[in-house]
Amino acid sequence: MDTVVLENISKSYIKDAPPALENVSFSVKKGELFGLIGPDGAGKSTIFRILTTLLLSDAGKATVAGYDVVKDFHQIRSCVGYMPGRFSLYQDLTVEENLNFFATLFGTTITENYALIKDIYEQIAPFKNRRAGKLSGGMKQKLALSCALVHRPEVLFLDEPTTGVDAVSRQEFWDMLKRLKNEGITIVVSTPYMDEASLCERIALIQTGHILSIDTPDNIVAAYPGKLYALRSPKVHLLLPDTRSYEGIRQCYAAGEKLHVAFKEDGKDHPAQLLTYLKSKGHQTVAIQEIRPDIEDCFIEKLSNPK
Amino acid sequence: MKQFMVFVRKEFYHVFRDRRTLLILFGLPIMQILLFGYALTTEIKNAEIIIVDHAGDAASQQLTTMIAASKYFDINRSTASDEDIYKAFKQGKVKCAVVFPTGFGNDLLNGQVAQLQVVADASDPNTARTLTNYITAIVADYQQQVNPTANIPMRIEPVTRMLYNPELNGSMNFVPGVMALVLMIICTTLTSVSIVREKEMGTMEILLVSPFKPVYVVLAKAVPYLALAMVDFIIILILSVLALEMPVRGNLALLFFESTLFIISCLSLGLLISSVTRSQQTAMMVSMMGMMLPTILFTGFIFPLENMPLPLQLISNLLPSRWFYVIVKAVMLKGLGIGVVWKETLILAGMTLVLLTISIKSFKTRLS
Amino acid sequence: MNNKAITCKDLTKRFRDFFAVNHISFEVEQGEIFGFLGANGAGKTTAMRMLCGLSYPTSGEATVAGFNVFKQQEEIKKNIGYMSQKFSLYESLTVRENIRFYGGVYGLSDKQLKEKGDELIEKLGMQQEAKMMVGSLPLGWKQKLAFSVAIIHQPRIVFLDEPTGGVDPVTRRQFWDLIYDAAERGITVFVTTHYMDEAEYCNRISIMVDGRIDALDTPANLRQQFGATSMNEVFYALARSAKRSAD
Repeated sequence: MDTVVLENISKSYIKDAPPALENVSFSVKKGELFGLIGPDGAGKSTIFRILTTLLLSDAGKATVAGYDVVKDFHQIRSCVGYMPGRFSLYQDLTVEENLNFFATLFGTTITENYALIKDIYEQIAPFKNRRAGKLSGGMKQKLALSCALVHRPEVLFLDEPTTGVDAVSRQEFWDMLKRLKNEGITIVVSTPYMDEASLCERIALIQTGHILSIDTPDNIVAAYPGKLYALRSPKVHLLLPDTRSYEGIRQCYAAGEKLHVAFKEDGKDHPAQLLTYLKSKGHQTVAIQEIRPDIEDCFIEKLSNPK
Repeated sequence: MKQFMVFVRKEFYHVFRDRRTLLILFGLPIMQILLFGYALTTEIKNAEIIIVDHAGDAASQQLTTMIAASKYFDINRSTASDEDIYKAFKQGKVKCAVVFPTGFGNDLLNGQVAQLQVVADASDPNTARTLTNYITAIVADYQQQVNPTANIPMRIEPVTRMLYNPELNGSMNFVPGVMALVLMIICTTLTSVSIVREKEMGTMEILLVSPFKPVYVVLAKAVPYLALAMVDFIIILILSVLALEMPVRGNLALLFFESTLFIISCLSLGLLISSVTRSQQTAMMVSMMGMMLPTILFTGFIFPLENMPLPLQLISNLLPSRWFYVIVKAVMLKGLGIGVVWKETLILAGMTLVLLTISIKSFKTRLS
Repeated sequence: MNNKAITCKDLTKRFRDFFAVNHISFEVEQGEIFGFLGANGAGKTTAMRMLCGLSYPTSGEATVAGFNVFKQQEEIKKNIGYMSQKFSLYESLTVRENIRFYGGVYGLSDKQLKEKGDELIEKLGMQQEAKMMVGSLPLGWKQKLAFSVAIIHQPRIVFLDEPTGGVDPVTRRQFWDLIYDAAERGITVFVTTHYMDEAEYCNRISIMVDGRIDALDTPANLRQQFGATSMNEVFYALARSAKRSAD
């Protein structure tokens, strides 16, 4: 049986408002690194809270490590680690006091599972007598992860651990997750950063309470309908409205220094025709090239063409 | 058990590392006791008084001397006429006058009813009542001296309030009330704020997603504050004895037992507040403002409950502080034992039990 | 007085012996979209606060909209707009009430408020939502509205502090359409972001490392200079050399 299973989970907070989650189903295999990818308000935190037994769903069934989230919430609470979206440790306690507190709360000691958190904790150990509130963003995050891991949980739930963290710290954090995965811990992680999707084994794209698709990042990319092209020009932002005005365009949006373009139909001569059209609009030095879509392209595609 | 102790220790860290908490915990009671004890008593000292002596005999002069000697009155004039009273009252300097009719001393010696007139400026009814009470007390005192064996019923009503407060010390009534008020505010505020803070900071999520049982979270929160509130109680007690010259006539152990009951009921109330509020500010507002007003109004230490309309009297019965106040007055000031206050104690214990049960039940094991 | 939107020379902010911002110098042209990048703790927020007139520099010189950051903080505040991911609008006021409030703060007349408000609501396509509480809007809409409100008084410069954090990719692009639109109307845009693809949308970007500006150029030139294929690589190459990781 899979470690985390959701079946048709629905949840609304306010009556008559659109539900936070609607018929969400997915499962996570043992030892898997599973990503929930979606913007703020997509329902990621609600999923975490239901799985960590903090919230009751309105409908549907869910199990974690074989335990039912409603009936067996005590068992679940002793076998999961959870890092909520906000930094949730005691700011007025020192690094060491925080870790000690959570270790004892989970009925263990720091030394018992030290091997697991060693790599992470050693980075913050020089500041162990500093109050948690005085740590930098990256260090807070490492402390929070250490606290969530200190009892060697079977399943680790991480709600947007990299939000508001800079690119370098984000990279380090994902490296840590990979090591934890190798220790056999099942990890469910959420992120609004599409570029982090490729670091997960399987992902669920989620928007306004609905799952858009679930698969490995590679399969999701492979399922992109049709071909995707990149347009390059010295004046990209002037190019955008002109390209959009072209008849045969299905998708056209900025992507960094390029424009990403998809045609309504993939014909061999469409790219050349587009270039001619753009030339007539005064864009002389435009280059077009077929590219492999990334997760963000797939997400945009799913948003504009929901099933 | 180890988990529990670690949790309790953590709570103490929070308290001793937060200046605001420390201020509420130790600054507030000291300030309140001194404020109510000194500034807000009904005690009036050195009030100016006019004596109109139409008798001019030994008795009237002795009484005048006694009034002058008391710390409550300064004699403004003693040879004035009746009209002077009204003039002086209108100027507002004098609030009270005593008129001895002719033949005052004779009447007294002959065993007849000797009358003397006490005039007070009743535009300030509280002061007026207090001043006339003082005069009555002095007259009674005088009569005892002159004729200790006399069995004549006093002509002016003795006021119950003075029975156990022969020096007319105003703070006596206040201190038990302030004790109730301060413990109420501190216990509800600190517990509710400390729990809501965990909600606000997001740490409550982690606590709930741990094997530590939610009911222990509640208890582990309550234990440190029970201990701290007891320390507060001791501080208040010492302050009232040393600074406000309060007696502790009854059994100290009984007093502590009753206080513990009361504190637990307040802590439960704090827990209850914490489960219906989301932010620290709201929790603080509800505990401070929401608790202060009913406690002041319905405990009976500022506004006598007997004078209230029946519906309000019934409401006052729902307040634990009302019963605690009665108990403390009885034990501390009158030196009475459990034999007299068992009924109140039982009511207080019942309330505590109900509040504690509701608060534990209402503590959510999930987020909503 | 010059025509630059922002000029900075050796701008420094020191907290005791810690140089939060260490002698930074740069200029931003009027109407430019200027990306202000850096790792957490590199000093971005401190620098931005000084430029917005919220804190005094320790030393150095700077002008914003032609006004001196030491002496003319009040004038600066009248000529800039500010929007951040964290604080933007009042959730318990409706869309229209928010517009009226912020417009009022910046001294717009009732007539202007009405006109600008209508124009803004129409442009965002929020006619139906005009009477809704801002708190009930989706995040992306809130951010677009917050930006429009931040420039309702036609400031010379608008400061955006991570305006698109957590917003979905489609809305994020719509947000940048608004930024381009503002720039075309001559408003200088000073923006921080953690999304490296957004760095590409800026005319020029600066990257702060440990309180200093280590790179400043157009995105294309920076890529070339670092031999990188994407801004991500440029950023990574620079930020990795950072020594400190303070707040």
